Amino acid sequence: MKLTLWTYEGPPHVGAMRVATAMKGVHYVLHAPQGDTYADLLFTMIERRNHRPPVTFTTFQASDLGADTATLFKRAAQGAYDRFQPQAMIVGASCTAELIQDDPGGLASTLGLPCPVVPLDLPSYSRKENFGADETFLALTRALAQPCARTKEVSCNILGATALGFRHRDDVAEITSLLRQMGIAVNVAAPLDATPADLARLPAAHFNVLLYPETGESTARWLEKTHGQPFTKTIPIGAHATRDFIAEVAALAGVSAKVDETNLRQPWWSASVDSTYLTGKRVFIFGDATHAMAAARVARDEIGFEVVGLGCYNREFARPMRAAAKDYGLEALISDDYLEVEAAIIAAAPELILGTQMERHIAKRLGIACAVISAPVHVQDFPARYSPQMGFEGANVLFDTWIHPLVMGLEEHLLTMFREDFEFHDAAGPSHHGGKATPAPAQILEPTPDAATQMIEAAQALAHALHWLPDAEKELKKIPFFVRAKARRNTEKYAAEKGVTQITIETLYEAKAHYAR
Amino acid sequence: MSLDTPPTGCLHTPVLRERGQREVFCGLTGIIWLHRKMQDAFFLVVGSRTCAHLLQSAAGVMIFAEPRFGTAILEEKDLAGLADAHQELEREVERLLSRRPDIRQLFLVGSCPSEVIKLDLSRTAERLNARHGPSVRVYNYSGSGIETTFTQGEDACLAAMVPGLAETQDETLLVVGALPDVVEDQCLSLLTQMGIRNVSFLPSRRASDAPKVGENTRFILTQPFLADTAHALERRGAQRIVAPFPFGEEGTTDWLRAVAKRHGVMLETFDAVTAAPRARARKAVAAHAETLRGKTLFMFPDSQLEIPLARFLARECGMLPVEVGTPYLHRGLMEPELALLPQTVLSEGQDVDLQLDRHAALKPDLTVCGLGLANPLEAAGHATKWAIELVFTPVHFYEQAGDLAGLFSRPLRRRALLQGAAR
Repeated sequence: MKLTLWTYEGPPHVGAMRVATAMKGVHYVLHAPQGDTYADLLFTMIERRNHRPPVTFTTFQASDLGADTATLFKRAAQGAYDRFQPQAMIVGASCTAELIQDDPGGLASTLGLPCPVVPLDLPSYSRKENFGADETFLALTRALAQPCARTKEVSCNILGATALGFRHRDDVAEITSLLRQMGIAVNVAAPLDATPADLARLPAAHFNVLLYPETGESTARWLEKTHGQPFTKTIPIGAHATRDFIAEVAALAGVSAKVDETNLRQPWWSASVDSTYLTGKRVFIFGDATHAMAAARVARDEIGFEVVGLGCYNREFARPMRAAAKDYGLEALISDDYLEVEAAIIAAAPELILGTQMERHIAKRLGIACAVISAPVHVQDFPARYSPQMGFEGANVLFDTWIHPLVMGLEEHLLTMFREDFEFHDAAGPSHHGGKATPAPAQILEPTPDAATQMIEAAQALAHALHWLPDAEKELKKIPFFVRAKARRNTEKYAAEKGVTQITIETLYEAKAHYAR
Repeated sequence: MSLDTPPTGCLHTPVLRERGQREVFCGLTGIIWLHRKMQDAFFLVVGSRTCAHLLQSAAGVMIFAEPRFGTAILEEKDLAGLADAHQELEREVERLLSRRPDIRQLFLVGSCPSEVIKLDLSRTAERLNARHGPSVRVYNYSGSGIETTFTQGEDACLAAMVPGLAETQDETLLVVGALPDVVEDQCLSLLTQMGIRNVSFLPSRRASDAPKVGENTRFILTQPFLADTAHALERRGAQRIVAPFPFGEEGTTDWLRAVAKRHGVMLETFDAVTAAPRARARKAVAAHAETLRGKTLFMFPDSQLEIPLARFLARECGMLPVEVGTPYLHRGLMEPELALLPQTVLSEGQDVDLQLDRHAALKPDLTVCGLGLANPLEAAGHATKWAIELVFTPVHFYEQAGDLAGLFSRPLRRRALLQGAAR
């Protein structure tokens, strides 16, 4: 038993729903009690889908348990086929139905439905949402894919995009257009917008482009083994990774790796002098492994941030994540406990958090800038505008969305110069975020304990042996809030290294000189 | 209905009972508002990852950064040995209580999986009470989907609290149902102005203000889904005051009048106290009724508020209900409401696909439904009001009557505003 306040992933049958809802012509009959239909709202509200997810919930009640839940399931499955006439059906159990062991797959097969029926076996008490999506996509592909000849022209499939994914819709569009520029046709993109008939002709492609290992890797591996289709390993998030991806695809397809980069603006936006102030900003990165690892590379190599924390919530990807973190001199944080993530963030004292909706809440509480880079998602992660994370346009989008939460470059200088200014002061926050603007507190040198100071105090508690003399403490408060945590941390680190226990103004400035870049 | 026939409403209307897929929440959802209402309470769901995910999704992905609810997620080893599961649960509770010393009331909430494996939470609650009482009170109830529908979770929670309420012989009035604090204050003020003393509320905001109950207690419900709580109070000897529910000017007046009668309040006093707010409520509702009058209304079953709200929308806003669905129909509590509700189709339970067929055929002007259906119906060209707002918004009593009508008129006004835009 594990006490959870918030979860990064839903149960595995929600993963199966993400696949069923992404596809067309599939229907999912889910043996489940009343209440499990809440999952519909994830798609209709958060993603604003204009159709109900293609899911029939059997809705058994306590009174059915002693009686005949099996017949209830069969009636629901038959009724769902008659009403929706799907090309293929998936059947399975939610967590409660798993306990009553009705065997949805066996029951459905007795109905002799005139369409393929794919049973799902998703262990609800040991696995989670991503596993459920990955497994469902694999089960459908295994059941439906037919051996067929390769297309005459070079083509590929795009694998892994689901409903409720982080920017999947736009990523698929962006990568499709990139592949088209390279002269490669997309045979099938799946699960998103694919039909069972499309899955049948997956083997016609020459190779596979795997965009989301969390939800598509098992299928990519199976297609490689069974149908001899190699798949891409590079996730094209960021300018560098997109170029690597192009090279990888070019090699697989035997085409030129020369792609027009006219619309890639991010490298210049990053190199232009206004961005100088981004240098070495401390960034903490957490999300699903794929997005987090890709974000770390962009953060360090394309924007010039310092990655001070890196981790993921999906344990299945712990190994590549640990290896990636080493490259940044970090120990990866593998955890699905958001309190643990919060503690790690406090200890790392970042200036920017790149995370999920969970980290957005942590950031809000701690008063740290934050941008969302990964699922779990909320309604604001489905913007109306075209907003991919992948490809060259994706690189542009990353620059904009990560920089937006920060104080602007010149504004930083004003804050540094005029710390007690009525307009540019700690509590005001970035000037382009209207909601935060507040009048300057009367006693600027003794700010009321806000989230930022609480964070600093927490960091201070970690450095238990050190003692800040009042003058040094006062001097520290003159440093603008967005670098104060870094200054405190550096000073304490410096003091600890020098064996100093009492921090004076001199220690502060010695540390500043020591760490000067 | 001809004008000279006395209205008998829907008292004798046959009810369409359906059994199939239900598009409603389970009783766990009530935790979302109960934990805000009871500020020293923690709700610990004993369930699966699905339960945790439901609470998080229904709460709009963590709008409350520091929740006073959580889920003890059952894992495979808990299913293997129940004895260990009890121990594990007690260990989790100990850890929770030591970390959150502000907790005075702890609710162990059963779920579908815990009910199916027959995890006995009452035993755990008993043991924990022996250890932590009286400073922490531990209750248990079931919010499982196999037993409870959406708002029934609040009923189960309040009913679980009743046996533990202190005994009193005083003449008291108990107002039952979780209300937003501002509404509770308004209610108390109206009752006080009528000279009614010894008013208390269930649930109270803090454990230390818990109401007392006894044979001289009269109680009245503010929510139509509190049948088990009413029975539990009656078992303690309290007497229920029968009334329609305090939605809209009429509902509020009838509700207050029923209380006033039982307390021997003079008619002049009653009129003096209610005249001004009644006029305000009528005026506020009238502004929205202009939009709503003559429009047809279809209500999918959701919060159990459907019948009282249909009554309000029909009688005070001039709407024409074409089907009023309710998760379950409790005639004992609903009688005064049914008598007032103009003739319409009543349905109980749900087969959502069949109901959607009826809905499509009727093409109502306004549809009230849950979050899973709202956008699909909106996209199909129907104006919808998502029902969950009705339990998350202050809607009871006079001063909220206009806001309540506004919840229904806004989708229609919005549609009119967006006319011509691409849909």
